Amino acid sequence: MRRTAGLWLLIGLGAYGLMPWYMVAGGFWSFGWLGTERSALGWALADRAWLWLPLMGCAIAGATLVVARKQLSVARGLVAGGASGLLLLAAQGLVILGNGPRLGLMEGATQPGMGAGAFVVAAALLFLLTTGVSGLGRGRGDAFITGMIGAIIALVGVFVFYPMSFILIRAFELRGGAGLGVSEFLPRFFAPEIWSPACLLGTGYCGAALNSLLLGIATAASTTLLGLAFALIFTRTNFRAKRLLRVLTILPIITPPFVIGLALILLFGRSGTVTEFFADAFGWEKTRWLYGFWGVWLAQTLSFTPIAFLVLIGVVEGVSPSMEEASQTLDANRWQTFRFVSLPLMRPGLANAFLLGFIESLADFGNPLVLGGNFNVLSTEIYFAIVGTVADPAKAAILSLILLSLTLGAFMAQRKWLGKKNYATVTGKGDSGRHAALNPGLRVACYAIALPWAAFTLVLYALIVFGSFVKLWGYDHSLTFEHYTRAFGIVFRNGVHFTGAAWDSYVTTITIAAIAAPLTAAVGLATAYLLVRQKFTGKDAFEFSTMLSFAIPGTVIGVAYVMAFNFPPIELTATGLILVIVFVFRNMPVGVRGGIAAMSQLDKSLDEASITLGANSATTLRRVILPLMGPAILAALTYAFVRAITSVSAVIFLVSARYNMATSFIVGRVENGEFGIAIAYATVLIFTMLAAILALQLIIGRRKLRRADRIEAH
Amino acid sequence: MKGSVRFENVTKKFGEVVALKPLSLDITPGTLVTLLGPSGCGKTTTLRLIAGLESASEGRILIGGQDVTHLSATYRKVSMVFQSYALFPHMTVLENVGYGLSVKGMPKAEVKARAEAGLETVGLKDFGARLPSELSGGQQQRVAVARAIVLEPEVLLLDEPLSNLDAKLRRHVREEIRQIQQRLGLTAVYVTHDQEEAMAVSDRIIVMKNAEIAQEGTPHDLYDRPENAFIADFIGDANLIDVEVTKSGAETEIALQGRRLTLPLASTATGPSKMVLRPHHIRLSREPGPERLPAEVTYAAWLGNSVQYTLSTAVGPIFAIAPPQPLPFRQGDSVQLAFAPGDVRLVPA
Ligand SMILES: Nc1ncnc2c1ncn2[C@@H]1O[C@H](COP(=O)(O)OP(=O)(O)O)[C@@H](O)[C@H]1O
Ligand SMILES: [Mg+2]
Repeated sequence: MRRTAGLWLLIGLGAYGLMPWYMVAGGFWSFGWLGTERSALGWALADRAWLWLPLMGCAIAGATLVVARKQLSVARGLVAGGASGLLLLAAQGLVILGNGPRLGLMEGATQPGMGAGAFVVAAALLFLLTTGVSGLGRGRGDAFITGMIGAIIALVGVFVFYPMSFILIRAFELRGGAGLGVSEFLPRFFAPEIWSPACLLGTGYCGAALNSLLLGIATAASTTLLGLAFALIFTRTNFRAKRLLRVLTILPIITPPFVIGLALILLFGRSGTVTEFFADAFGWEKTRWLYGFWGVWLAQTLSFTPIAFLVLIGVVEGVSPSMEEASQTLDANRWQTFRFVSLPLMRPGLANAFLLGFIESLADFGNPLVLGGNFNVLSTEIYFAIVGTVADPAKAAILSLILLSLTLGAFMAQRKWLGKKNYATVTGKGDSGRHAALNPGLRVACYAIALPWAAFTLVLYALIVFGSFVKLWGYDHSLTFEHYTRAFGIVFRNGVHFTGAAWDSYVTTITIAAIAAPLTAAVGLATAYLLVRQKFTGKDAFEFSTMLSFAIPGTVIGVAYVMAFNFPPIELTATGLILVIVFVFRNMPVGVRGGIAAMSQLDKSLDEASITLGANSATTLRRVILPLMGPAILAALTYAFVRAITSVSAVIFLVSARYNMATSFIVGRVENGEFGIAIAYATVLIFTMLAAILALQLIIGRRKLRRADRIEAH
Repeated sequence: MKGSVRFENVTKKFGEVVALKPLSLDITPGTLVTLLGPSGCGKTTTLRLIAGLESASEGRILIGGQDVTHLSATYRKVSMVFQSYALFPHMTVLENVGYGLSVKGMPKAEVKARAEAGLETVGLKDFGARLPSELSGGQQQRVAVARAIVLEPEVLLLDEPLSNLDAKLRRHVREEIRQIQQRLGLTAVYVTHDQEEAMAVSDRIIVMKNAEIAQEGTPHDLYDRPENAFIADFIGDANLIDVEVTKSGAETEIALQGRRLTLPLASTATGPSKMVLRPHHIRLSREPGPERLPAEVTYAAWLGNSVQYTLSTAVGPIFAIAPPQPLPFRQGDSVQLAFAPGDVRLVPA
């Protein structure tokens, strides 16, 4: 304990004395700050005396290490030092801001946002604290484990809870800086533009919250039904093209969220192919029906059905064949077996798929943005409240609060259902026996529902690729490379010039995604490791808070980040770093889930064997667990990479002139009506991601061969 | 003292579940002690407490005279052979065996030499380059043992090491484990729920029941001097018959179905008691006698090396084993049941 603590103390003191305390122009890695930017010590000696505060934590810890003899007193001293240091550091940051201090303290003092020095000092103080905690006998006295827990709590606290608190505060803020209160909140919260049921009464438009709710329920119902039909075909029939169905499940992962909407416009928009056809053939009126509830619902159903399918495959497969066989030996026919045995067993899984679809629909931003028209939903309303002609952060905060309550409600319901009633029999052991085949009526029904839908999806994707080569859809159908050259043109004159308009955002996107992916995987898998393998007090709360960001819609996170990180103490807007951070914390739950699934497959006695053989937990993690988690790591990497590329909802608030992302570039084109270039860019993105996924799948495929010899728990 | 294990009133709770009631035990260095008991009685928990994989809720644990109650498993000089073997599937057999040495920072060449020596001890010299999945169950088991003993632990722990082997192999492997333990003079704690296995390998047996010790002693002690009905029944089969002690002292007089028997064993109190009668101490004949009990054969099974009878008597069903002979009695026969008073034991009712 002394050695670890001593090391962190040295690191902390070094950063305090040498590294630039504040954010530096040009970024830390440019090293332009060497010799010009002051460290905390430099500033404290000059005119910012409050920067002595963080040093006090180090001083307490240092004094403890020198004076204390008994293990327990060292531990207590480290806890005291680390905790007080962190508190003081946070306090000075939160009180003294860029435009002056709060609470009437230190009149006239200002400071910019914290930088690398502050970050390292904070980390050092945190690890002094966790090392101390381990010395108190927590976490089986393992400083590595307590450090990991502490680091994840700190990160989630700073990058999820801290920004979310701004939404709460903003929602209750009174006009003119008059403090907090409900006098303005309540009327705005219950405003008719949010809750109006006018559309149900046939007297006008509905409020955004009601629209979101109705859309969410409709989408959840349709995706669950379609997903179930696909899953039944996949697991219970001899359908030939099952691999094709698998491909359908990958598509939404690699599709930027508004691309389906664009394709639907190409078909059913005012000058869409189908619209034109019916107008010519039958003289039907060309309407704008697509721009509204039905269009968004159609796009969402197309986008999210594969997710329901993926969930429900697991559910349908999880119903133990032996139970179905038992039912059949009791003389139930196939329909009765399905109706009275399989279906009730799948019910929790169906509820799960429904709630997932509901959350996805509410959080969806791309499709309503492209197809919404006068049909307002919460996620787009939040966006317009921030970027619209009259920026209204308070309204954005209130809308965010409503959206968040809806998704959180669904998230809690999902956890409750699955926590208690997950009686689908997933034993992990091969359950021999075959699934009962579907009875003919049901099979035909499944085919009738699912296959046209699959065909429709494929047509849409084909259309996207095709549309990117068409000059001006609906008017001039001649083929052209023009969109590609405008987006990705390269000119070879006096060297290579990337003249295409999209290059900048493309390179930024790939770079940021490539940086975010390993970080996401690391944070996600580390969390999974702690959840599966370690016991500690507050583990349930820990799990809940790490999974929480799954239920926070991207728009809400985006707004929260803009509100929280636009000014000191943490000033990150307009940096690339904020993009990386938002991806890490938005995609972390997926890494956690993947990690939990993979880690539960590894018998716990493997870790225990390593520990009893004299390895510590860090060595065990490195030499035993990580090598066995190869596929899970690669899956988490792929997923994080791809999600960072396709994500739009949070990103659109956080991009800057210097760091523009592909999706926000495309949204810009769409808003200008330049569909050709938007679709061309989307096509390039889809193929980029497809290539990345295939490359990683190849590697995973090879790794699996060596992992056949999994040892089971007893 | 090196290799000794001592528990002082150790308890373990998992939330509300009491896995171990206050437990004290002493294990002498160089002996093999078995924790024996039905499933769920707390054997594995006890073993994991020694290893440091669980921390005690209360009490003190000493290994080699040193208090290790708060020492983490990494730093205890204890190795464990897991029920599932827990061989690392991504490492070769040699890497598995050398793992503990290599994480200690021992030079590679020495790790290899020692690991090879360890494999030789368990008779798997030429298998070092294979992956665990390429070995049979028995071989995997021996790799697990080799991996544990190359560290020269003060205490070797084995949790149901034979439970994944088929019956034939079990006898062979348990002899091997016992021989290695004796040859290296290791202290070993061995967990099993199989009383025959426990009797075969142990210097001492600690029988556990409901999270506490029911009785401990040498295999012979437990069989010959059971202290309670549970032990009498669990260690070797026994018929437990309700009797009344009518006279206690250096010799004991009991009343059994109106007959008075004098047993050559000491007792302290009169009153209701249970008589322990081993099945193979029972002799059956057709002629009635003063100390004989009439019985009727309700089931007879000829097993080749013995004949087993289930008898119905006035004191309830009784199980008897007779030497192998062509079935002298058949279902429905009336027989007389006799036994030598010297073979009988008494346990509290
Ligand atoms: N990690 C745990 N959490 C909760 N209860 C446990 C845990 N491990 C063991 N137990 C309980 O403690 C009791 C003893 O278990 P164990 O020591 O494994 O028994 P065995 O004698 O079969 O090895 C059992 O009732 C078991 O359910
Ligand atoms: Mg056990």
